[in-house]
Amino acid sequence: MTFGNHMLHLLVVLFAAIFTDNILLARFLGMCSFLSVSRQVKTAVGLGFAVVFVMTFTIALDWLAYRFVLQPYGIEYFRFILFIIIIAAFVQFIEMAIERYSPVLYQNLGIFLPLITVNCAILGASLFMVIRDYNLAEGVVFGLGSGIGWMLAIVSMAGIRERLNHARIPKGLQGPGITLIIAGLMALAFIGFTGVLSGQ
Amino acid sequence: MALLFVPVAIISAIGALLAASLVFAERVITNYGDVTLDINSGEKKIALKGGGSLLETLTAQKIFIPSACGGRGTCGYCKVRVLEGAGQLLPTEEPYMDAKERTLGIRLSCQVKMRSDLKIEIPAELLTIKEYLCVCDEIIDYTYDMKQFRLRLPQGQEMKYKPGQYVQVLAPHYEKSSEEVYRAYSISSDPQDTSAIELIVRRVPDGICTTYLFDYLKKGETVKINGPYGHFYLRENNAPIIFIAGGSGIAPIKCMLHHMKNAGINRKSIFFFGVRTTKDLFLVEEMEKMEDELEQFTFAPVVSQPEPESEWKGATGRVTEVAGDYLKKQSDVSDYEGYLCGSPGMIESSIEILSQFGITEDKIYYDKFS
Repeated sequence: MTFGNHMLHLLVVLFAAIFTDNILLARFLGMCSFLSVSRQVKTAVGLGFAVVFVMTFTIALDWLAYRFVLQPYGIEYFRFILFIIIIAAFVQFIEMAIERYSPVLYQNLGIFLPLITVNCAILGASLFMVIRDYNLAEGVVFGLGSGIGWMLAIVSMAGIRERLNHARIPKGLQGPGITLIIAGLMALAFIGFTGVLSGQ
Repeated sequence: MALLFVPVAIISAIGALLAASLVFAERVITNYGDVTLDINSGEKKIALKGGGSLLETLTAQKIFIPSACGGRGTCGYCKVRVLEGAGQLLPTEEPYMDAKERTLGIRLSCQVKMRSDLKIEIPAELLTIKEYLCVCDEIIDYTYDMKQFRLRLPQGQEMKYKPGQYVQVLAPHYEKSSEEVYRAYSISSDPQDTSAIELIVRRVPDGICTTYLFDYLKKGETVKINGPYGHFYLRENNAPIIFIAGGSGIAPIKCMLHHMKNAGINRKSIFFFGVRTTKDLFLVEEMEKMEDELEQFTFAPVVSQPEPESEWKGATGRVTEVAGDYLKKQSDVSDYEGYLCGSPGMIESSIEILSQFGITEDKIYYDKFS
């Protein structure tokens, strides 16, 4: 593969992760925080960036751990535990850093920052990386794309929900009801991207 | 065996490695180095290790900012003005700040972290607030749920308070409470007696501090207090006064009356003291004695629900209504000053009634406890 082809391939992986195979709207991973932290665009953007950051870096760390520790010893079955430990430690680290350098963002994210640890989209991305046998570059690009895709979804949802505040919604549908219906409609819209790219 | 041991060892080693790097990162990231705290542009400069909250730092320096919630950001009392170094207003502070406070740079000191050099401004009167380690040397039962505690100040120390102000009492850890809390009580004693202060406390069912005071504190034990606080004190002028108090709200008013007697202040004054039943009445004799000593002072106890068998001959009804009836009979009442102490509900309806008679809010004084 030439260098140009290689770059093109990475680009395809990136866009596939953002659009056609959006981890949230096509794979339905990370729904919990998607539904609960999407009330304000500001907070959603903050959490989105945190997820992009954590996903990109944990995939790289997980790839290294998988390739250089688990595979040589033939203990790939430990990947669930190991990935979770790495993600947890990394999130702790990020939490410290955000508290120090951006107290406002720290207060805004509140409980959801530690909750990134158990955001299944993060673990899911690392596990996809193993299943699809990505190399390090592909893995990192896939992590970045998945994070961006997740952020895109939650920010759009937050935008829609901010406008919903001014809409008249039947009582029984208010809150989680209408949110789930919107999530469904958004997922349907993203199905429109199917077949545009085939990066998997 | 080895088959099992190797993988477990590897995973454990990675876990330990990550934990160690986190500990290291915490050392590096949460180390804010040495910072200085500048109070009232150079009046006091404190160098200390950064990282803690401003409220903790000030308390450690024996500067007491009023705080009822203990630094959780839920009471909104611990406001100070930060001139420099606090960063943006946090979402936890926003509900407590109005537009004017925002432009002044008012912050909740429990939410501001000492991350860099800080310049703050504290009202001078807060700097006079001190901590005192008192000895409880007398407990008097007034009624079934009302007691007076006499707290002797440490030898040689004096508390310079204005009659009507309050102190905060620390309820330490005890059997039924795992946290230390401060609660505010008005000083009721004669200011002439500088060796001790007295507090009148009503038992609050399941209250952390009142349970401590009623069931655990014994004569001779030490009590930690700090103060004085509050803007509820007797103004110096010659306007006639209407005092309205309910239950333990008599405390600061008793202190003011002592002060009037000591200073020879002979203002026209009437004190409406509201209780629920005749069993709740106390200090009546002392107040009647005060009527003899203060020429123009009248004591008017009001019982809202007198027991039928009690043969209560005084005023009945709600204390605010009785006060209203009194004002109705006076010729001109708009120059009166109102001094209120009691439940938030009583204060609210008192303000309503006083303003009906043309007593404006700037001449009505009270401290809100809730």
